[in-house]
Amino acid sequence: MLTATPIILTGAGAFIGLLASAFAKDAFFAQHMAILAIILTIATVILLKRFQFSSPAQIQRREEAARSVYMDDVIRWGVIATAFWGVVGFLVGVIAAAQLAWPELNIQPYLNFGRLRPLHTSAVVFAFCGSALITTAFYVVQRTCRARLWGGNLAWFVFWGYQLFIVMAATGYLLGITQSKEYAEPEWYVDLWLTIVWVAFLMVYVGTIVKRNEPHIYVANWFFLSFIVTIAMLHIVNGLSMPVSLLGSKSYSAFGGVQDALTQWWYGHNAVGFFLTAGFLGMMYYFVPKQADRPIYSYRLSIIHFWGLIFLYIWAGPHHLHFTALPDWAQTLGMVFSIMLWMPSWGGMINGLLTLQGAWDKVRTDPILRMMVISLAFYGMSTFEGPVMSIKTVNSLSHYTDWTIGHVHSGALGWNGMITFAALYFLTPRLWNRERLYSLRMVNWHFWLATLGIVIYAAVMWVSGITQGLMWREYDAQGYLVYSFAESVAALHPYYVMRVFAGLLYLSGALIMAFNLFMTIRGKQRIEAPLRNSPAPINDKPVVAQPAQ
Amino acid sequence: MELSYQTMRTFADSWGLLYMFIIFCFVVFWTFRPSSKPMNDDAAQIPFKEDN
Repeated sequence: MLTATPIILTGAGAFIGLLASAFAKDAFFAQHMAILAIILTIATVILLKRFQFSSPAQIQRREEAARSVYMDDVIRWGVIATAFWGVVGFLVGVIAAAQLAWPELNIQPYLNFGRLRPLHTSAVVFAFCGSALITTAFYVVQRTCRARLWGGNLAWFVFWGYQLFIVMAATGYLLGITQSKEYAEPEWYVDLWLTIVWVAFLMVYVGTIVKRNEPHIYVANWFFLSFIVTIAMLHIVNGLSMPVSLLGSKSYSAFGGVQDALTQWWYGHNAVGFFLTAGFLGMMYYFVPKQADRPIYSYRLSIIHFWGLIFLYIWAGPHHLHFTALPDWAQTLGMVFSIMLWMPSWGGMINGLLTLQGAWDKVRTDPILRMMVISLAFYGMSTFEGPVMSIKTVNSLSHYTDWTIGHVHSGALGWNGMITFAALYFLTPRLWNRERLYSLRMVNWHFWLATLGIVIYAAVMWVSGITQGLMWREYDAQGYLVYSFAESVAALHPYYVMRVFAGLLYLSGALIMAFNLFMTIRGKQRIEAPLRNSPAPINDKPVVAQPAQ
Repeated sequence: MELSYQTMRTFADSWGLLYMFIIFCFVVFWTFRPSSKPMNDDAAQIPFKEDN
């Protein structure tokens, strides 16, 4: 229920944004704060229009009515935001891929590859996956604790505050504002805003767990909670920096040289480990059992999975810094822990897949369950490939090549994308109280377009990555390099074109999903043949010899 | 004893490692001990309780 506080805070924020823009020390900050002021002004107007004056008795009645149901409005917005950012993120990815294949597509300065690349990674990781995580975390924690979200309107603040973070980060990249840390590009003031939102997220989550009506905390919540806590820690430590001015966009990291690099990759790899793995495992441990309609294969294995993953992942970061100034033992440590990660990763994958034991026939007829199975399969494949690539000998060939890009995409498109799509298809009919999705056959189309897209993407990047790696290390008899760097770039052109095609397949699948979800929300049902098509036999009796007449 | 970088890393790869390994063994034992089965089976059913 809308109260006066958010309206006052949003209005004040708009005014502060205006002042900051007027007194800014650099042009970047002035532009960025002007954008903030415009967004918050629009938000204030929308909130004012939605405000209803009510008597205390009316307010009390509404509050009591709200207490008896789950807080699902914010989750409905979350589903829409996730689908929206998914389409945006994949589209920017296709454009960035096209820019690599055809450099003429770089539109200076706002839409060149250097600015679109962080826009793509942040749009898919933070906007698409982040919105999916907040949405599903709120859904799962309420259902498994059987309690309404704690904190009242705080959940709304978390959702819209996070969306504001996304928009500020994205507009900042296009303007050219960056602190040049991969996956942590937003400058200090956007980082501070995310910290506030994230602490509120933690409060809502822990508050709901504390007031749960279930003696045990279901394992999905452990994964979600570790994701929230660890991301807070990583974000704060890696974001430690000193701004040049309180009214300027530039800041300098608290760390220098190799310490800065290690902090960055401690952050970067655990963003993969806790944002894209632990949080999504929380989704897996709830949605896979629900869709398969049977409990997780081994609850005990899930506990070992959790503690194994948490203890090992945090040490794997140095494998991003093989053959650099980082001490040799730290590189080896990162490599060894990466290899040990095989155990919890595969334990979790096997646990998810074996949940379907005795229900494998459902994979044939239920495309949503099939999406979950393929996401687990890609989780298994990318967590196998990752440790292999962290071995120094392999890394000397694979590092800085497209192999890494292919590896990331098999994990992100395969594991994160597919499980998110499945969760959205699971949630939409339930949240809008619809009997079923608009079309299951469209889910099937989405499944095959996305799968084909990932397979082509990963295969093409393997070939181009190994080509690159081999060309870079080719010496002649005199000890000179055989190829110039530009020659290796030219050799990759056909693979880059194929990658654009793979991205288009994945994007078209997402567009079909957006349409399907939109029609489901509108309450429409497509008239179509069911996916299971094994009609009962018409003549269901044995052949009996007829006596001669 | 002087607390140097070398002392810390020697401690980490000996006693620290042993400590972590014992914790790991304890977690495995605690999870798989026979008397924990009913509690775990019950917890696995939590997602389905809302349906009843």
